[in-house]
Amino acid sequence: MNIDLIANFSYIVAALLFIVGLKMLGSPATARRGNWLSSVGMLVAVTAGLFNKGIITYDWIIVGMIVGAIIGATAARLVAMTSMPEMVALFNGFGGIASLLVGWAALFGVTTDFTVVTICLAMLIGGLTFTGSLVAFAKLSELINSKALVFPGQRFFNGLLLIAIIAIAVLFYMEPAVDSKFLYALIGLSLLLGIMAVIPIGGADMPVVISLLNSYSGIAACAAGFAINNNILIVAGSLVGASGIILTKIMCKAMNRSLANVLFSGFGAVKTGKAIEGVVKPINVEDAYYILEAATNVSFVPGYGMAVAQAQHVVKELGKILEANGCEVSYAIHPVAGRMPGHMNVLLAEADVPYEQLLEMDEINPRIETVDVAIVIGANDVVNPSARTDEDSPIYGMPIIDVDKARTVFVLKRSMASGFAGVPNPLFFGENTRMLFGDAKESISGVIAEFS
Amino acid sequence: MEVVFLTFILVLAISLGFELISKVPATLHTPLMSGANAISGITLAGALLSAGAQSEQMATILGTAAVAFATINVVGGYLVTDRMLAMFKSKSESGR
Repeated sequence: MNIDLIANFSYIVAALLFIVGLKMLGSPATARRGNWLSSVGMLVAVTAGLFNKGIITYDWIIVGMIVGAIIGATAARLVAMTSMPEMVALFNGFGGIASLLVGWAALFGVTTDFTVVTICLAMLIGGLTFTGSLVAFAKLSELINSKALVFPGQRFFNGLLLIAIIAIAVLFYMEPAVDSKFLYALIGLSLLLGIMAVIPIGGADMPVVISLLNSYSGIAACAAGFAINNNILIVAGSLVGASGIILTKIMCKAMNRSLANVLFSGFGAVKTGKAIEGVVKPINVEDAYYILEAATNVSFVPGYGMAVAQAQHVVKELGKILEANGCEVSYAIHPVAGRMPGHMNVLLAEADVPYEQLLEMDEINPRIETVDVAIVIGANDVVNPSARTDEDSPIYGMPIIDVDKARTVFVLKRSMASGFAGVPNPLFFGENTRMLFGDAKESISGVIAEFS
Repeated sequence: MEVVFLTFILVLAISLGFELISKVPATLHTPLMSGANAISGITLAGALLSAGAQSEQMATILGTAAVAFATINVVGGYLVTDRMLAMFKSKSESGR
């Protein structure tokens, strides 16, 4: 029987496993099995690929696979849960560069007009995914300043860059050759485009960027599939591309901004909103204890600050103590809290919080008035009431968790410095707000000590 | 005709992807993303041919590098997703 035919049937099996696996990732109870199924699908696809009759020697395949497997497995094992956004960004980038390289290598084989176009696309998207992800990685791990980097004429420059890329791609298409200088120019400019695209995006917008890069890595694989005429690359790549776009859309909606606005404007650079006057009411750990001791319904509202302070374990401990005290405990999570979609959920899961207690914004807001104490830990913009009230605020219209409507709000914060976006937050001056200054982890440990 | 056929697959797969993902709850967004990310390492299946075809030296180098990067993506992506998902426990499980 024809080997190619067997391979293509195996690809159908693999695609089916990917689809069922992704579907099972939709519920916490089945997600782990879903991921496992999807990895079996990958094994089937790769095994089928290994039997390709064009392969003459396995030496270099084995070398590449061993090196990759060791690096991948080590990284996956060692990474801290708080560094998950960096890790995902980096893996996205590796997917991108792999597609670029496959596209490039395809030039050495037989090419048609159509494959040359798709090779150009694979190199362009793969290349920009690679460098864009590296910049995102560097920003997330604070290797470079995570603030938006904006300079005059930036859009003009990027527009010019895009035109140059298209022009060079056309020139290359007219005379495709593996030693063409246009080829190198195309690769170089694609890499540059990735850098230019991500530097104007600030740390708080990272959930959007990671989702988008995730999508690009899929689209790049898809383009590479067209280039080498491989069905499974097209199917799997477009599944990933679609999933990334959906996540991007969810993230944008959660910030009430268009994708264009996130990608092209440094956040907070335009408007500053009204200055706020009022009195801040600080409390100490002991007072916090007395209030919490009497509370019957407490909701934790975590943000990126919880990840920075590595406070998820003490938060969970306090939650457990409160529950033992007869209090109802929940964790209210804003869709863009943290640096990637679902970032807070993973951290709280690591601390062994059952997923039933993790509430989405739409679940907690209708009953926020019944919450005795809302404890805001390292979150700022996602609980800023001026998003509802102040039309001049840069975050006006963004859906927030309405903690200001809870009976009492504790805000755990290092100092009065404003959030990432530099937007003043009237919550801190609210009638029912109490500020608990200091490191979030130490403050909560202090409250726990009061309970014992 | 081949092009039409491939585009047909593309369109169907994209619609299916939209349908599958729009129902995933926010709690699972991170594992979903890293799980999907592992799938994007499918480039590996294509990279194998470039690394093993023994056509030109340059193609072999490019192919081998692609195999290595894609394998990092696949192995690392699946393992890290599994590590995360192992932590998601329901109320009845986390008591133990």
